[in-house]
Amino acid sequence: MSEAVVEVRDLEAGYEPGVPIVRGASITVGKGEIVVVLGPNGAGKSSLIKAIAGLVPITGGTVLLDGKDITAAPAHTMVRLGLAFVPQTENIFPLMSVEDNLKVACGIIERREIPARIEEMYAAFPDLVRQRRTTAGNLSGGQRQMLAVARALIVHPKVLVLDEPSAGLSPKFVAMVFEMLAGIRKSGVTILLVEQNAKAALAIGDRAYVLVEGKDRHEGIASELWNDPVVAELYLGQRSRRTGGAA
Amino acid sequence: MSLQFVVDGLLAGSMIGLGAIGVTLTYSILRFSNFAHGDFMAWGTYATLAVVGAIGAMFGKIAPIAPLSFGWPLIVALILGVALTGLLALLLDFVLFARLRAKGQAIIVVMASFGASMALRSLLEFVFTSRPTYFSRAIQIAMPVGFGIRITPDQIALLLLTSVLVLGVHLLMTRTQTGRSMQALSQNAALARIVGIDVASVVRFTWIIGGALACIAGVMIGILIQIRPFMGFDMLLPMFAAAILGGIGSVPGAVLGGLIIGLAEAGAVQLIGAEWRAAVSFIILMAVLFVRPIGLFGVRER
Repeated sequence: MSEAVVEVRDLEAGYEPGVPIVRGASITVGKGEIVVVLGPNGAGKSSLIKAIAGLVPITGGTVLLDGKDITAAPAHTMVRLGLAFVPQTENIFPLMSVEDNLKVACGIIERREIPARIEEMYAAFPDLVRQRRTTAGNLSGGQRQMLAVARALIVHPKVLVLDEPSAGLSPKFVAMVFEMLAGIRKSGVTILLVEQNAKAALAIGDRAYVLVEGKDRHEGIASELWNDPVVAELYLGQRSRRTGGAA
Repeated sequence: MSLQFVVDGLLAGSMIGLGAIGVTLTYSILRFSNFAHGDFMAWGTYATLAVVGAIGAMFGKIAPIAPLSFGWPLIVALILGVALTGLLALLLDFVLFARLRAKGQAIIVVMASFGASMALRSLLEFVFTSRPTYFSRAIQIAMPVGFGIRITPDQIALLLLTSVLVLGVHLLMTRTQTGRSMQALSQNAALARIVGIDVASVVRFTWIIGGALACIAGVMIGILIQIRPFMGFDMLLPMFAAAILGGIGSVPGAVLGGLIIGLAEAGAVQLIGAEWRAAVSFIILMAVLFVRPIGLFGVRER
């Protein structure tokens, strides 16, 4: 692992004071890596990355981005700091055109540079070009996910953080989304994602963490974790579900 | 039936529409019905009147600009009035609405706006009395323009001003980063933060736009009709009707809704008498909502 882009140390976070959902989680994402956070339902995976993105109040621990402490930074400043987040659902503005969805995310980009950035995203996601005037709410599930990722990438973030990018998608689109993420990593973007679909995520990931009850309980090389007996144990014997593909 | 109702209706519709823009933006972005919006109108008008008075006291009597009933003091005063009304809206948000919004119950904010409305209105009555007043007592001669329609120079100027403002606000909403941020916030506040939008600054901007347009609509009423502390409160129901009719959140919708209601009211006054004015606009509102509950320009969430 090369230098760390994201470094989370003993993070505690939760919506209500005194009821932490994330309980001392520590993860590291190296430059250019895809890191996957797995775990059974209710393990606090989503809350962990939402806390990193400034969306869940943090009660303890630290989040470093490129060595800089961003623990207390408000959510709307994250893009400027270099962290772009893609929520699991409702991750596009449904009543705006595809192009306006991209433009609205360009607040930190210099005005002259915006058209070039939008063209850059269209080049990376050719499916979106044909739909540039379409109201985003009319896109298919896979195209919505593409738009959400393009919207996050347009600011050239240091790290792309995704909350279950395959959730709610049909198997065809699931494969497409993971293919897209592998491609994005190839272009040099660091990726941190939470996934229920362990098999597909481990197939494209470099390293993975298993989160149980708000704490990282296991860490390993993504390709090895699939057959790791500890992981099976931590998943509380949900082996059959894991092999079932999309969870 | 005389076609005069077209001019009367367009003018009433302009005032309703300009006010309804503020109502529809506040509703869609801050998610509450601001019942104090009418009183922003009245405060803006009285602020403008006060500045006109101050200019008069400093520079003596200044002749109006050729065919119009008002001169540059009113134009300067309107610009200051617009700024002051924007500040009033910001102040009210800071001391009242923002604190209640943080507690997360929309109905409490709505009720608070009712209270603010009464307080603002009573303050106006206290300071300026409830006697009607005017920017100018000069009588303007209406020019015949054919088809039995007569229109005064003031009316022409204000219709033009409305068109420019509506076009300006529409372009602002659809072509600028600020406008897109406002749309984003109204569609999904959490995602707006994620994409880097500073919600607090967009909210401030929304108040300033709403307050500014309310002031201009109020001054139009002051120029064409009269200035009273209740002038804004009396506009509240037509403004809400226009915003709902046009589709909540839509600027062109609010203006079109205002024009429809203004024209319907003016037509009703001619056809069946002035006492039916309000009833007619609400019958239209209900009819539209039965057929298209999201309003004319409203978009169903998907």
